[in-house]
Amino acid sequence: MSIWAYILSTLQAAIPAGTPLLYGTLGEITAERSGVVNLGVEGMMIMGAVTAFGVSLATGNVGIAIIAAALVGGLLALIHGFASINLRVNQVVSGLALTMLGQGISGIIGKQFIGMPPRAQLKPVPIPGLSDIPVLGPLLFQHDLLAYIALLLVPVLWFLFYKTRWGINLRSVGESPATADAMGVNVFQVRYLAVFFGGLMAGIGGAYLSIVYTPAWIEGMTAGIGWIVIALTIFAMWDPVRGLLGAYLFGSMRVLQYRLQDLGISPPLLNMLPFALTILVLMLSAGEAIRKRLGAPAALMQPYTREER
Amino acid sequence: MPHVTVPAVEMRGIVKRFPGIVANDHIDLTVRAGEIHALLGENGAGKTTLMNILYGIYHPDEGEIFVKGQRAHIRSPRDAIRLGIGMVHQQFRLVPSHTVAENIALGLPGHFFFPDRAVRQRLQEFARRYGLHVDPDARIWQLSAGEQQRVEIIKALYRGADILILDEPTSMLTPREIEELMTTVRRMADEGHTVIFITHKLDEVFAVSDRVTVLRQGKVVAIRETARTDKRELARLMVGRDVLFRLEKRPVTIGPTVLEVRNLRVRSDRGLPAVRGVSFSIARGEILGIAGVAGNGQRELVEALVGLRQVEKGRVLLNGEDITNRSPRDLVRRGICYVPGERLVGTVPNLSVAENLILKTYDQAPICRGVFLDTQAIASHADALIEQYAVTTPSRETPLKLLSGGNIQRTILARETSGAPVLLIAAHPTSGLDVGATEYIRQVLLSQREKGTAILLVSEDLEEIFQLSDRIAVMYNGEIMGILPANQADLERIGMMMAGVHRAEPEVV
Amino acid sequence: MNTWPRIRLEKRSDTPHWLSRVTPGLSVLAALLVIAVIFGLLGVNPWIAYARILTGAFGSLYGLSETVTKAIPLMLAGTGLAVAFRARVYNIGAEGQLLIGAICATGVALFIPGIPDELRLPAMFLAGALGGAVWALVPAVLKARLRIDEVLTSLMTVYIASELVNYLVYGPWKGPSEWGFPYTDKFPLAAQIPRIGMTRIHYPTLILALLAAVLAYILVQRTRWGFEIRVTGENPEAARYAGMNYLRTAILVMALSGALAGIAGVGEVAGIHYRLRYPQGISPGYGFTAIIVAWLARLNPLGVILTSLLIGGLLVGGDAIQLAMGLPSATVYLFNGMILLFVLSGDLFTRYRIRIELPERVSVLVRQEREEVR
Repeated sequence: MSIWAYILSTLQAAIPAGTPLLYGTLGEITAERSGVVNLGVEGMMIMGAVTAFGVSLATGNVGIAIIAAALVGGLLALIHGFASINLRVNQVVSGLALTMLGQGISGIIGKQFIGMPPRAQLKPVPIPGLSDIPVLGPLLFQHDLLAYIALLLVPVLWFLFYKTRWGINLRSVGESPATADAMGVNVFQVRYLAVFFGGLMAGIGGAYLSIVYTPAWIEGMTAGIGWIVIALTIFAMWDPVRGLLGAYLFGSMRVLQYRLQDLGISPPLLNMLPFALTILVLMLSAGEAIRKRLGAPAALMQPYTREER
Repeated sequence: MPHVTVPAVEMRGIVKRFPGIVANDHIDLTVRAGEIHALLGENGAGKTTLMNILYGIYHPDEGEIFVKGQRAHIRSPRDAIRLGIGMVHQQFRLVPSHTVAENIALGLPGHFFFPDRAVRQRLQEFARRYGLHVDPDARIWQLSAGEQQRVEIIKALYRGADILILDEPTSMLTPREIEELMTTVRRMADEGHTVIFITHKLDEVFAVSDRVTVLRQGKVVAIRETARTDKRELARLMVGRDVLFRLEKRPVTIGPTVLEVRNLRVRSDRGLPAVRGVSFSIARGEILGIAGVAGNGQRELVEALVGLRQVEKGRVLLNGEDITNRSPRDLVRRGICYVPGERLVGTVPNLSVAENLILKTYDQAPICRGVFLDTQAIASHADALIEQYAVTTPSRETPLKLLSGGNIQRTILARETSGAPVLLIAAHPTSGLDVGATEYIRQVLLSQREKGTAILLVSEDLEEIFQLSDRIAVMYNGEIMGILPANQADLERIGMMMAGVHRAEPEVV
Repeated sequence: MNTWPRIRLEKRSDTPHWLSRVTPGLSVLAALLVIAVIFGLLGVNPWIAYARILTGAFGSLYGLSETVTKAIPLMLAGTGLAVAFRARVYNIGAEGQLLIGAICATGVALFIPGIPDELRLPAMFLAGALGGAVWALVPAVLKARLRIDEVLTSLMTVYIASELVNYLVYGPWKGPSEWGFPYTDKFPLAAQIPRIGMTRIHYPTLILALLAAVLAYILVQRTRWGFEIRVTGENPEAARYAGMNYLRTAILVMALSGALAGIAGVGEVAGIHYRLRYPQGISPGYGFTAIIVAWLARLNPLGVILTSLLIGGLLVGGDAIQLAMGLPSATVYLFNGMILLFVLSGDLFTRYRIRIELPERVSVLVRQEREEVR
């Protein structure tokens, strides 16, 4: 294989590899923009994965499977929402608890699915016309529907964040909930919606794993993707467009890990990169000026309460 | 039957309890449509609580609210806004990293899209009608306090507020900005808006209001037409006694210089110059009062002196020895003590009274032996100070947060002044305290002076400054406008300097 | 008008002593109840499962010994976390520090020749403690120097450590005698921690763990460093103003918790497996489970002794139902997650009073009913 074809095929494979990351990241960015960190992504994803696989087995319908996975992810997120928004418990620990919960329940539910072949799969849908363009065609326009939707969600979310009232409300709740509250924004509602959306996205990301990327159920099949999502959210500095770049970058690393192994580069070293890079990004953006422009939402991890004295 | 206009706001029998106190105790308040109504009272009298109830931030435990004659259930600010009520809080409710336009659009009902063009249009209109100029693209953190306040007022007007609550609106402003604000408020009233003006400053009541309701310790004590009352009466009503206490200030022979500050420069949190070349000195047994509107560099000056903030340039000498940029611990050891105004800064609310009393001596004998704390020594130390400073507490093991504000401040004073300090720095030591506690604390400062401590007193309360100081300095925009001996200082000169207008002859150091 | 009942939280001005005592226990019970419901829904008989867990963990000498064995790493890591959390330094990277401890011990056990046999184990413990401490210092220094939140960085370091273990056992340290498994070679006898009889209780580590818990308690309650930790945790602003060095306190508690987690890692490789293996083979998430242990103990190091035994028992019981009822190994996570969630939420009842406000219409109805009764 020529080097050129090699790079191209790597990039082409990076999109499906990056798609679950992208779903999770877009959801987590939204949740964190409202001020709620949800470290339960790994748990929500694996629940999404097992739900999608189970439902597709039962119904043979991919669409229903994906919707079910999204809802299960959203439902789990609501548990975290209740704990962190209403009960004001430590968001970090509550998210960790959610991850454990997801891992546990998915393991029990999924035991019956181990080794079963999938009944339904999502096939690639080449986009007529566009997919015939040389280079770009196979790279961008020969994927499955979910990959396209993820791609489309990026500009949609960007627009929502920056050009709509809803986005201003969301970002303000994450920056200064007291201000948003004083302006009549329902802080709790905004946070719940954002956290719920985060769960939906994580659920879909999980579904993508079990019915598209590796069409099967394997216990613990998310294998840390949820944690990469957490890293990516920071890496992207809470911006959907940078989230897209990051997701495909980290996605291509996942692809490369198998390819570079032949060249003698150890996969674990490559797997380390997302986490190491995230710490690096945090260090580089630690300056006051950058922090004001790009930094974490000011009220991140802070529960909001109105009546306290 | 005579024509009676319906009051804009009527609050009846409002009761609000917080753990340990009754903030509002059966308050009745009537605000007529189109008037400027001052809500006067000392800190802690319950003014802000009452208005937070009207604005839906707190829910009253008892009582009814009528807005424009209709019984209103205000469960959230959203309800209040719907009823045409707007509130400008003392601490601005703005998102610092967002633009002015984004802040104005926040929480607006209506279209899905960000109403960029509409916001710009309305901004121009407000500039024309009320003289409220502000750049829609500026980010909040880049604006001055006065400009931020303008954004707050515009926010309320934008939402159609015809009843506007201003909570201590002048506390962060320069005199010029205050003047502009008063003009705006009058113009708004002329246009038919109702304004409720919360303040504890008598001058402002007379400068702007039509009627005034006076609150004291959570109760309404009087309602007056502003034109038919005078400062003396209002002061008596507000404080609850005829004249403010006269403290006995014995003459003290001023000793040698203790603290000398030379050309000090300090930056603010934002990295801007906050203290810009300040020089002064304080001698043994002397109180130097620093007056000025908050936010003119006092905080940064004090923090630099106690080691909490980096000195950029200049020198600080204690008894002739250079102590510039020493650590807080080193400064504590040298006898510099600090009574902060925000009591949360100097205390650990969840720890016991006894533990709070050893906050600065926990690593020294007899409290600490080797690395171990001596429980017995801590207990006897606490018992002694609790008695000496008459701290009212169930026991020395009670968490400090359960004490009243006055007793918390006593605890701080006990800790700070019991060790024969060389230099005592008190920043707004009586803010938010009741009269009794205030008097006690001023008394302690004076007795420290008699013991030969050099004292730096930073206060916004001019009365406090005049009562206690031997010399008075005024800070404006990071500089000292002048230092006057107390007997030569009068309200007018100090006031001019606070406004940055008049610069007294620089004192020869 | 609002037609839904409102749930409001009111801050308590004082917490009754008994309440803070009983809430952790009640929280665990509530969690077990909810798990029972989930089990029921999944077609598992919860009562049989619980009986198995109980007998599995505490019903036999073997079960008890396994419970103690699993409690060792939890006690070590949990003690460190309790101290760190007291200072409000949220080290959630204990899992990574544990793995680094395991790596360092393995390095000393297999790759440093010339250490006398009787010094081999002490050297391993020392290396593990140092390794864990240094690993924990990364987030500590980033926090102290650059004000980067330690929660996320310490979490990131877990996965870096985990991949580092993978790298070693699949790469340079892969044992030639291990049939292609991702293991290192077996430790020499001098590098194996002695056990009690036929059990897997590696008692020197157990003694270290108990000692650590007691000493940590004394540290927090009775020393000036402990005072600094408590003040820093309650009000960092006051700590700074009292001349306490935040940097030093943060680094101290991070290093301490890292070192204890590191020792836990040493115990696992040198007391249980006698080799370094893939990360999940060394620790099924002890570092994360230790967070539950610390929280359940209300951040009291002495309490950690008790709660680590409790959670250790749960882990053993989880293994027991796996075998007996055909449940997957992940079942244990369900317990962990649910208990953590409930303990967290239960904590709330000690700080807040819960008030349910009926909607006005309902309360009017209630009032009317009362009047009618009269």
